[in-house]
Amino acid sequence: MEEDRKVVIELQDVKRYFKVGSETVKALRGVSFKIHEGEFVTIQGTSGSGKSTLLNQLGCLDTPTSGEYFLDGVAVRKMSKNQRAHLRNQKIGFVFQNYNLLANTTAVENVELPLMYNSKYSARQRREAAVKALQAVGLGDRLNHKSNQMSGGQMQRVAIARALVNDPTILLADEATGNLDTRTSFEMLVLFQKLHAEGHTIIFVTHNPEIAEYASRNINLRDGMIKEDTVNTNIKSAAEALAALPLPQDD
Amino acid sequence: MNIINLIKVSITAVAANKMRSFLSTLGIIIGVGAVIAMMSIGQGAKQNIRAELSTMGSNLLTIRPGADNGPGGVRKDPSAMQTLKLSDYQSLSQNREFVKYVSPEVMASGQVVYGNKNATTTVYGESEEYPDMKQWKVEQGVAFTQDDVRRSAKVCLVGKTVVDNLFGEGADPVGKVIRFKSIPLSIVGVLKSKGYNSWGMDQDDVIIAPFTCVMKRIAAQNYFSSINCSAVSEELSDAAMKEIQHKLRENHKIKDASGDSDDFSVRSMAEMMEAIGSTMDMVTLILGIAAGFSLLIAGIGIMNIMLVSVTERTKEIGLRMAVGATGFVISVQFLIEAIVISVTGGIFGVLLGLGASNTIMPLVGLPSVVPTWAIVLSFCICVAIGCIFGYLPARKAANMDPIEAIRHE
Ligand SMILES: Nc1ncnc2c1ncn2[C@@H]1O[C@H](COP(=O)(O)OP(=O)(O)OP(=O)(O)O)[C@@H](O)[C@H]1O
Ligand SMILES: [Mg+2]
Repeated sequence: MEEDRKVVIELQDVKRYFKVGSETVKALRGVSFKIHEGEFVTIQGTSGSGKSTLLNQLGCLDTPTSGEYFLDGVAVRKMSKNQRAHLRNQKIGFVFQNYNLLANTTAVENVELPLMYNSKYSARQRREAAVKALQAVGLGDRLNHKSNQMSGGQMQRVAIARALVNDPTILLADEATGNLDTRTSFEMLVLFQKLHAEGHTIIFVTHNPEIAEYASRNINLRDGMIKEDTVNTNIKSAAEALAALPLPQDD
Repeated sequence: MNIINLIKVSITAVAANKMRSFLSTLGIIIGVGAVIAMMSIGQGAKQNIRAELSTMGSNLLTIRPGADNGPGGVRKDPSAMQTLKLSDYQSLSQNREFVKYVSPEVMASGQVVYGNKNATTTVYGESEEYPDMKQWKVEQGVAFTQDDVRRSAKVCLVGKTVVDNLFGEGADPVGKVIRFKSIPLSIVGVLKSKGYNSWGMDQDDVIIAPFTCVMKRIAAQNYFSSINCSAVSEELSDAAMKEIQHKLRENHKIKDASGDSDDFSVRSMAEMMEAIGSTMDMVTLILGIAAGFSLLIAGIGIMNIMLVSVTERTKEIGLRMAVGATGFVISVQFLIEAIVISVTGGIFGVLLGLGASNTIMPLVGLPSVVPTWAIVLSFCICVAIGCIFGYLPARKAANMDPIEAIRHE
């Protein structure tokens, strides 16, 4: 591991327990790791192993029961709800499994959404940033298409553009390709690899073990603990894999 | 997030659900419209009555026999109603300070006959000052004089309706002699037509004769049913009233200056206008409150719709929170949505109310008076409704957990 790069995420024995009735569900039982700037990490594990719970921690949507989480050097656990909202707004880009776009709203308006909650942006700067983000995901020609007029892949691109628009410290994706067909999934992977190459720090939760081959590091969870943490030195190119896929039959 | 952004977001959300927003606005439109229309009816009626009263002379004072028991008071025995005597008139007439005109009143109803025609009417016994006091012009002929009063002369002034009934329209009755209860009265003048008053009484169906004549020859009574006076000016009504009370108490040997043992009562027109004004204000208020209840219902309607909207948009709320909206910002967004709905409704409601008032009021012959404060008030009420009934849904939205909200299907 190249230790000279900046640490953007540091978890110290993070535990997350849920009280369900009289029982306690231990979703995370003590997770510790560091993620450096520019890493492309996949998080894998069986269903119920705590992947989403972990990602919610990283995305400051939730706070640990115990343990510490430092994002960009800032301790998150003791933050108030509002401070976390602010942090999400400034430092985190979240791509959700089922896109989560605003219905009946154009691509550019969807992408503008996080900046609406940032008073530093004027209406013009907001529009400019949104257009730039959409161009980065290859939707420069679909700015004013409404969310319900787009394909799944296009919607996911809009969601990625929305996650990028605030120039976040980390980009988080929970099953971002879960709802897409193989071809579109690879298109997304190409996009993520491109973003990785541009220097973004990406954390990608997935069921699909294949995807780990396209990332720089893989963390495997089981029962709320890290089972395996491996660095991938032989990163495959998603663009090549996409080119190797059989072309879709159009009839 | 600045407030302009928030308002934009809210308006977009309201516009995205046009039908639903319209339906929730409807209650407000009808509510505000009703409030405005009711205000207009109340205030229009008030203005109309006041205008009519002031043409009757706003400086008039009426003295009635009997203690002032207030409206609906119990009537005393007949002798209590016979306290106004000739001596009272005389002392009121002499040494006038704030009182300008004085005329006692005695009435008698019955048949008046001229030739082979007859009509039922009322004879009013008055002093020679009566036409001046009432600012009632004598159109043909002249008024009777002080001398006529002293002599109990059998002369009279007649109203237009009496002329029409007995002589036919347009005839000149001056100098003719009519008979009222077999007493011959010689017509000396005709009073200018006044038409009907707002109680539907024909003000021209009268005969005015010297009170001495009516008392002695027609009604055969030695007391007055009332004495009318006019103050030098409306502002001096109160002073004139004091003057009258003072003189009458002296006449009636009443020591008590508090008015509690008075055997007469004095009412000024100014007072009456005041009373009617406040009664009409009360009526307006009651109408307004009744209409206001529809606003309450409308507010509950908005709350209902907003609650449904919050539940329906749980996912959207979760998303907004996930990208950095705080609970406060979310609650403000929903509050503004509620206010946008209620204020939009308020605007159309005011237009509806104005329209209704302007079409209905002229139909019933009343002026359309919509006080500006009523419009401003309705507006404030709309904002308040938005705040009050938007609060619960807004709080519900603000308290959502982003993780759960975003998973909501
Ligand atoms: N809000 C919650 N309340 C109670 N238990 C929860 C909650 N969230 C997660 N859990 C529990 O924590 C454990 C881990 O859940 P999590 O959603 O992180 O799994 P996952 O690895 O993302 O699974 P999947 O691959 O199916 O998405 C599960 O047993 C789940 O039931
Ligand atoms: Mg999951």
